[in-house]
Formats: sequence, structure tokens, C-alpha cells
Amino acid sequence: MTLNNLPVGKRARILAVRGEGALRDRLLDMGLTPHTQVMIRKIAPMGDPIELTLRGYELTLRIDDAQKIDVEEDDRA
Amino acid sequence: MMIALAGNQNCGKTTLFNQLTGSNQHVGNFPGVTVERKEGVIRGHKEATVVDLPGIYSLSPYSKDEIVTRDYILNQHPDAIINIVDAMNIERNLYLSMQLISLGIPMVIALNMMDEMRSNGGTIKIEDMEKVLGVPVIPISASKNEGIDELIETVLTVAKQRKKPVAQDFCEGAVHRTINAVNHLIEDHAERIKIPPMFAATKLIERDQPIENALELNQHELHTISECIEEMEKETDTDRKSAIADMRYCFIDKLCGNTVVKPTESKQHRRSIRIDNILTDKYLAIPVFLGIMGLIFYLTFGVIGSTLSDLLAVGIDKLSALTAAWLVQAGVNPVVRSLLIDGVFAGVGTVLSFVPTIIVMFLFLSLLEDSGYMTRIAFVMDKLLRKIGLSGRSIVPMLVGFGCSVPAVMATRTLPSDRDRKMTILLTPYMSCSAKLTIYGMFTMAFFPQHRALVMIVLYALGICVGIIAGLIINKTLYKGNPVPFVMELPNYRLPSLKTTGLLLWEKTKDFLSRAFTVIFLATLAIWFLQSFDVRINPVADSARSMLAAIGRLISPVFAPLGFNDWKASTALLTGFAAKETVISTFAVLTGAGASALPAALSAMFTPVTAFVFLVFTLLYTPCVATISVVKREMGSGLKALGVVVMQTGVAWAVAFVVYRVCLLFTGWRGGAALHALDFILLGAVAAAAVLTAVHAGRHRGRHCSGCSACGDEAVCAAQCGRRHARRGQGRGRGHRQENRPVD
Repeated sequence: MTLNNLPVGKRARILAVRGEGALRDRLLDMGLTPHTQVMIRKIAPMGDPIELTLRGYELTLRIDDAQKIDVEEDDRA
Repeated sequence: MMIALAGNQNCGKTTLFNQLTGSNQHVGNFPGVTVERKEGVIRGHKEATVVDLPGIYSLSPYSKDEIVTRDYILNQHPDAIINIVDAMNIERNLYLSMQLISLGIPMVIALNMMDEMRSNGGTIKIEDMEKVLGVPVIPISASKNEGIDELIETVLTVAKQRKKPVAQDFCEGAVHRTINAVNHLIEDHAERIKIPPMFAATKLIERDQPIENALELNQHELHTISECIEEMEKETDTDRKSAIADMRYCFIDKLCGNTVVKPTESKQHRRSIRIDNILTDKYLAIPVFLGIMGLIFYLTFGVIGSTLSDLLAVGIDKLSALTAAWLVQAGVNPVVRSLLIDGVFAGVGTVLSFVPTIIVMFLFLSLLEDSGYMTRIAFVMDKLLRKIGLSGRSIVPMLVGFGCSVPAVMATRTLPSDRDRKMTILLTPYMSCSAKLTIYGMFTMAFFPQHRALVMIVLYALGICVGIIAGLIINKTLYKGNPVPFVMELPNYRLPSLKTTGLLLWEKTKDFLSRAFTVIFLATLAIWFLQSFDVRINPVADSARSMLAAIGRLISPVFAPLGFNDWKASTALLTGFAAKETVISTFAVLTGAGASALPAALSAMFTPVTAFVFLVFTLLYTPCVATISVVKREMGSGLKALGVVVMQTGVAWAVAFVVYRVCLLFTGWRGGAALHALDFILLGAVAAAAVLTAVHAGRHRGRHCSGCSACGDEAVCAAQCGRRHARRGQGRGRGHRQENRPVD
């Protein structure tokens, strides 16, 4: 499953971050590394971008970019 | 002694900088780039200067801010680094710390927000953390001024003793082996160009091109390194960049597991989420945003700003009258008297009366930024801005543009892509800057006293609309291409600190006053001189016979089609290029009226319609010299800056012309006057343009997959388009209406 398909409020664990170049480096730098737990907090009023919670902070990224992140659902707090 | 202050965005860096230096600051630029460089002397230590580096998350070579920080640290060799770390967000903050530590420069970690940490029941084992990281860690609270003295003492000590971070192994296994192997290979090269080998090795593995180029490795070395890396990738079952990031975060996770007792969820975070339930709510977000902006404009222009400005204007007039009486009494030469009263007092004084309005505008903008709401606006508006090919981040420079275009253009440096930067720079001048407020304020007072706020809002809205149209055109022509990724932190909401806001406003007031007494003062003197003498330098009784009138008459035919061909108006517009406030000071000098009498003097020159057209023109025409010079620096081309001047003035003339003709049409109808043939042509042209745009938009939606979110890259997009076309072809064949079905 990719991150954009994760329902709002559900937790998941990152399996891999695909994509390339600046976007991928930025995602990794911001802490979206494998095994990290993420949760989708909300979707912006116009349907894009999305707001994530990870490592105790909030990050926003676009749905297009969330499609490059593979996750598996994991509801352990 | 040089101390560099580095840290993530939103971790209290500016607050700490203010605590370290007090008001003893100096703002400049980093050499060669327009990234703002603030430095100040550490209070009580004249020998130590601290440099505020841009807020960054990593030392990768992608954004301008990151490159500036790297280059500064690698080339300027600061004596020590203060790395400020947000204790409440420690994991992501330490990611940068690890890279800074590998630079091998004396360093101290300032662990900020410790007050929040404690009040939420969290603790950090400072000594254990120091041992693992190999650098001193000082718990502080920048906003409460706690631990700052200890921080200063520690950083001065490590700087004096040149105490480098104790070498640490951050990792084990394959990554560790590879870093060491690469380190061994490049050591000589790195030392030759004075880059710490460990840092260079890690960056090489991360595929950092600038470092690779700087090291000047030979083919054999490059080959060996890539073999090492391939082996590591195989062993860790991931790619090089991910392996390094993973290594850093694994180390941090372990460190934090051993030393940090985290509160489950902080009060500040819970509060932020509650505030966001309203401010970024699906239905409320946009109305609330419009409401907040409306309130800011209303308070700035309608309540606080204009009341204070009016009071100040009365005061300045009184002072001017007193000075005039005193000068007469003292028997001062009438020409000097005229210079002081009609020139300096009328010109500079009128502009000064708008200081409160401008300061109030800046106050609100800085509150939006410092509270954390600006990032929410970016989050909410991203999709809209993407339609003109930008990202939500561009909203920050644009909103700052309502204050002043100069910092707005400079604020574009935080945008990650060159294309976004340039496009935002081109669009920022359409956001009406606060200096133009002096013009709007005076004209609305004279012509629309009942509807001042309404007229101003219409002007601001018009600027935004023209900006959007310009954006759509630029996106399709000048800067084609895809917007860059939008990955942005949404920090917790914070109450902006009184000291930081106060210092910023003081900075802006100083800036405005120094401009009023330099650029505007000189322009005023020049105008006074040109309008008081004729070509043969004889004093003239009537300014209509002056040199200035001659110049003004030369260009006023250009404005005749806009309804105002008074030479005073064209002169005022001409001087507005120096600074927008000079438009009003020029009017004041030319009519010899002070701040209170100017509205009446303007009424003799304009009708309400031509006054409005004049305002539309001033809203859109060329930005001031200061903005143009920043645009030139940022765009890296004088020609492009000149292009901005020409384009903006052209657009201003065209829009003002349309507004004038449309206004005439309505007033003409009401007055029962016959319509001009030109009006029909114009209306026809506008209607045709509207229809064409609508048709184009409709066709556009049908043909491309602009609405499909599935395609990240162009190849996929093209493939999907191809499939859709094929399907549409089939659909048509079978008589289906499949083309209307949205894809994805």
C-alpha cells in the first residue's frame, strides 16, 4: 500500500521511499525512513496536500509524492 | 572570534540570536547571494561575533539556504558552532547535529525549549547525551532567557581551547565499514581542500555532487569508491542515500531511547491540534483565512493605522506652522523658508505621517509568520497556487509583499526551486506594498471619504487578480514546467515573543525613517528645486512655469488616455520610481499643501473616476528602485529587471485604461451621455477575451490530465494521456460519452 491510500487517523510503518533526486533526499532528511511510524492527520480543504504526524511532529506533503512511499498498516501506538 | 548559529527552522533560533546579542545586530548578505546574514556581538563579550545561519534541516546541497550554510562553515572556518536543537522535536533536530558534528569544528548543542519539556513531564539525561555525541550539551530556554549565560561561557571556552568534537562512531556494520574505507581513500584530497575527511566521505556516499567535484578524484579512486558503495547497498539491501539517512536516524533513535524521557503528548502539541481543528478544517479553513486577512486590512487601514496617522499628520502640520512662523520672525531668506516649509516639511512630513500604518501592517505580517499560521496558509492554499504552477510556499513571500516588496523578493530564497523563485519574484510586485498605502490613504481621504476601506480592498483585490492572470500567462510561456515537491513542516503554534516582534518592528521603523530622510528627502529636495526655478535658474512665482512643469508636460500625453494629463500627476508618478511614498510628497510639494490640506488640493486635479484610475495605475506600475535592484540581484540579470519595469508599467497602463473606459461607460450611462464608439470596441474585446478563456479552459480540461493526481512524472502522464485518448476514441466510436468521466 502507498501512503496516500492510508485512511485518515490510521497508523502505518514505512517500508520504502521510492522516487529520486531532491524530493527523495528531502523526504529522507525529514525522517521518512524505513520502519518509521506515520499517521495521516488530515487532508487539506481542497483535497491536497496531506498532513502527516511522524517522529512527534507534523509534516505536509502532496498526494503525488505520498504515492512514492510504501507503507503497511500498523496500529501499535 | 566568529561563532556560527545553526539549527532547524522553527526551533527558536531567532529568539536565541536576540538573547545572545540584544539589539546589537547588523543585517547584511552572505557574499554573492541574497540570503540574509544577521550578525551581532555577544552581549558582554566584545571579542565574539555570532552569525545567524539560515534555518535548515540537513546539509544536502539542494536549497540555497543549505548551500550557504555549508559554504559558510567550510570556507569561513568559524571558531565554534552553536547548534540549537528543539528538545520537543529532538529526533529530527539531531539529524542536522550529526552532520554538523562530522565537520570537526568546536561545537556546543543548545537544547532549547527545556521549559516546555519539563512542564510536560519530560527529562533528558544531559551528561549521557554529551558522552554519546562528543560535544557539550547545554539545556536552555531561549524565550525565558534560561541557560543563556552558561551557553555563552561554554561556547567561548570550546572556541578558545579549539576543542573539537570527540570523534564518535555513529554506526556499525556495512555503512560504518564503507564510510571508513572511503574516508581512507579520500583523506589526502579532503585535507588538500580543507574539508573534514569524515564529512566528505559521508557526503560522497550520499552522492553529493559539489563535494565530489571539489575533491577532484581520479578515475581509479572513483571506481574503487563506487565499488565500496555498491557492496554496501547489496549488504544493507537499500540504496546509498537511504542507507546513510537510516544510519543517522537509527543512531538517533537509540540515543533518544537511552537519554530522553518523552512526555506522551505535550500541551503545546495538543493545543496546536485543537487550533488546527478550526484553522485547517475542511470547511472553515478558507473562510477563516479570508476573515483573518480582512480583519488585518480593516484594522491596519480602518482603525489603528489611520487614527494614528491622522493624529500624526495634525502634529506635523502644527510643527510645520510653528517653524514657518519662527522662520518669518527670524527674518530667514524666503527661498530657504520655502525649501524648509514647502519642500522638507510638506514632502517628508506627509510621508512620515504614514509610519504608523506601515508599522501596523508589518506587525500583523510578523505575527502571522511567527505564530506558525503562515505555514498553515501554505498548506491550505497549495492546491490553488499549483494551478498557476507554484507551491503553497510561495504564499509567504507574497503575503510579505503586502508589507514591502524588498524583503518579499528576498524571502523567495526559502523556495527550493529556481523556477518557483523567479516566478514568485515576478508576481510579488502585484501584491500592493505598504508604501503605496500613503497614496491610497491620501486619495481615498480626498475622493472616497465614505468608502475608504472598500476602495482599498478593491485595489488590493485587483492587484491579486492581475497577479493571478500574470501567473497563468507566465506559467504557460516564460517558466513552463512542473512545480517542485512541497515538503514542509507544520510547527506547533506559538505565542510570538514580545522581544522578537519588538526588535523586528524597531528594525522596520528604522529602515522606513532612514529611507524617509535619505531617498525621500533627496527626492523632495530635487522636486522642490525643479519646481521653484525655471530653466534659467530664476525663481518662479507659479510652478506651472518651472522646469518640472516642462518635464511633466513632456510625458503627460502618455497619461491623457487615462484621464489625467495634469503635469503634476505625471511628475508625481515619475518620482514614485524612487520610492512610492514620493508620489504623495511630490503632490504635497507641487501644491504647497501640508498633510491636512492635500486632499482639497487633489480634488482640484482629479475627478473621483480619474482619481481611481490613478490609483489603479500606481497599484500596478513599476516597482521602486530598491525593489528593482533586489530583483536584479535575485534574478541575476539587469535585463530581466528592466523587463519587470517595462512589463509592469505596460500592464498598469492597459489595466488603468480599461478601468477608465469602463468607469466612463457607467457614469456615462447614468448621466445619459452618448457612448463612445471606443467603448463598444473595448467591451467587445473584453467579452471576446472572456469567452476565449472560458472555451480554452473547457478544452484544456477535456484534453490533458491536469486533474489527474495519479501521474507523478511526465512519462506516466503521457502514457495515461495516451490511454485516455485511445479510450476516448473507442468511446466516440461506440457513441459513449466516456470522455467526460474523470480519470482517478
